[in-house]
Parts: sequence; C-alpha cells; structure tokens
Amino acid sequence: MTSLTAKDKDTVRSFWAKVSGKAEDIGMDALARMLIVYPQTKTYFAHWKDLSPGSAPVKKHGITVMNGVGFAVEKIDDLKAGLLSLSELHAFTLRVDPANFKIISHNILVVLAIMFPNEFTPQVHVSMDKFLAALALALAEKYR
Amino acid sequence: MVEWTDFERATIQDIFSKIDYDIVGPATLARCLVVYPWCQRYFGNFGNLYNAAAISSNPMVAKHGTIILHGLDRAVKNMDDIKNTYAELSVLHSEKLHVDPDNFKLLTDCLTIVVAGQMGKAFTGEVQAAFQKFLAVVVTSLGRQYH
Repeated sequence: MTSLTAKDKDTVRSFWAKVSGKAEDIGMDALARMLIVYPQTKTYFAHWKDLSPGSAPVKKHGITVMNGVGFAVEKIDDLKAGLLSLSELHAFTLRVDPANFKIISHNILVVLAIMFPNEFTPQVHVSMDKFLAALALALAEKYR
Repeated sequence: MVEWTDFERATIQDIFSKIDYDIVGPATLARCLVVYPWCQRYFGNFGNLYNAAAISSNPMVAKHGTIILHGLDRAVKNMDDIKNTYAELSVLHSEKLHVDPDNFKLLTDCLTIVVAGQMGKAFTGEVQAAFQKFLAVVVTSLGRQYH
C-alpha cells in the first residue's frame, strides 16, 4: 500500500485536532462495538470479568487504545520508529493477530462517522483509513 | 441456510424502510470510489473522477449508487433465500461486469459507514452486527457464481 502523503498527514492532524477531545468516548464505543460485532475478538479478553459495553475494563481499555492512536498521530512522520515499543508489546507480550488491527480500525471509522457525520467526509475517511492502516503496519513491524 | 433472529430481521427491515435511497446510494458509491480508488476501474466511462469533489458531484456516480442500493431490495425482501435470489446477479457481476468479488466488501464497508452517519446513536453495536451480517450474506451470494 502507498505511504501517507503530506496531504494525508495534514488531513489526519487537523481532523484529530477536532476530535481528540472525544478520544475517550471514541475508544470506548469502538472497542465495545468490536466485541459485539466481531465476537472472535473476545478471545483476547478472557481475563476480564465483564465484557459488556459499559463495563469498567472495556471502557478503560478503549481509552488506552485511543490514547495509542493519538500518540501515533504525533509520530505520523515516522510511525515505524515512533511505535517501536508498542510494536514490541503487541508482538511479544500481547500477540494480537494483526488481522484484528483491521477490525478495530473499521470500528473506529464507524464511530467517527456516527459522532462526526459532517466532518467525516470521504476525503477525511480515506486519509484516516490510510493512517490507521499505516499504524497497523508499524504495530506489526516486530512480529517476525 | 442462514438463521436470522427476530431482532436481525426487524433491524434490516427497519433500516431499509428508513434510509433515503437517493442520498445513501450516491454517498456510498462516491465514498467507495474516493476511499478505494482502484474501484474506479469499473467506471471508465463515467467521466470526471479525478478528485473527491468531482466524484461526489458526478451525476453518473449518483445514479449508479442509487441503482446499486436498490439492488439490495431483493435481499431485504427474501432474507431466507438470498443465495438463490442473487444467482443471476452473481453471474452478471462475474461474466459481464468482471468485478473482483473482493471489491464487494469494500462497497459494503462504505455502506455501513454511510448508514452509521445517517442513523447516529441509533446505530448501536447490535444494529451494526445485524447489518454487517446481512451484508456479508449478500456479498457471499454475489460471489457464489464466480468460477
């Protein structure tokens, strides 16, 4: 896939500036949605007592994930280097199958469409989709 | 045979009775051509597709988007036999239109996002699950006659 153009990066940065105030809500909804719509993802959270949408661990983890996305926006000029330690975490400790990165990305986009219907134009959508794909690639860097 | 719960049936009927086909259809196809530009390969005679603004205001895209969305009506009305309902359309997409079946998923992902934007909070996780399940069955059925 192609790398991020300067226009993509500008689009992501300015869109993120608009939505980052709601990052926690976005994260919580995206994660909750993922567990409902793609039940196979629950296999990574067998250690949680409660996997329902409003539960404490789901909320907390949604925030953690979305903070990671915000962190990646800051590192957008060199995602591979910027996300090195996160990649090591996912590769050696969490061992999340990278196929799931696409799944959480899709759900983030769905939540963005719901929460920001006017701002999430097709142009913003394509840049965000590319960014999340590049993020996923950087996250998978250390897997093998 | 696909098993549908009462909730899933009701959700699909509800969504398709509420959406404005003339808004959702065009918006979905336009979004697909912007977000996944390689899909433009099927629309060589549609004129100006050079940028997002051109795509979003292209009348041929709009017209075709509405046609595609109405194509889903058959599945909505025949949820218990989507496979056979789409046998003919599957042959058409394979033999005549030569559409890569992987592209069906790209279009339905865009449809999900457009409908989510329209429905807002009403597009809950459960509603999304039902909608995506329905679209997955449609996509599988449309790809079935390829060989």
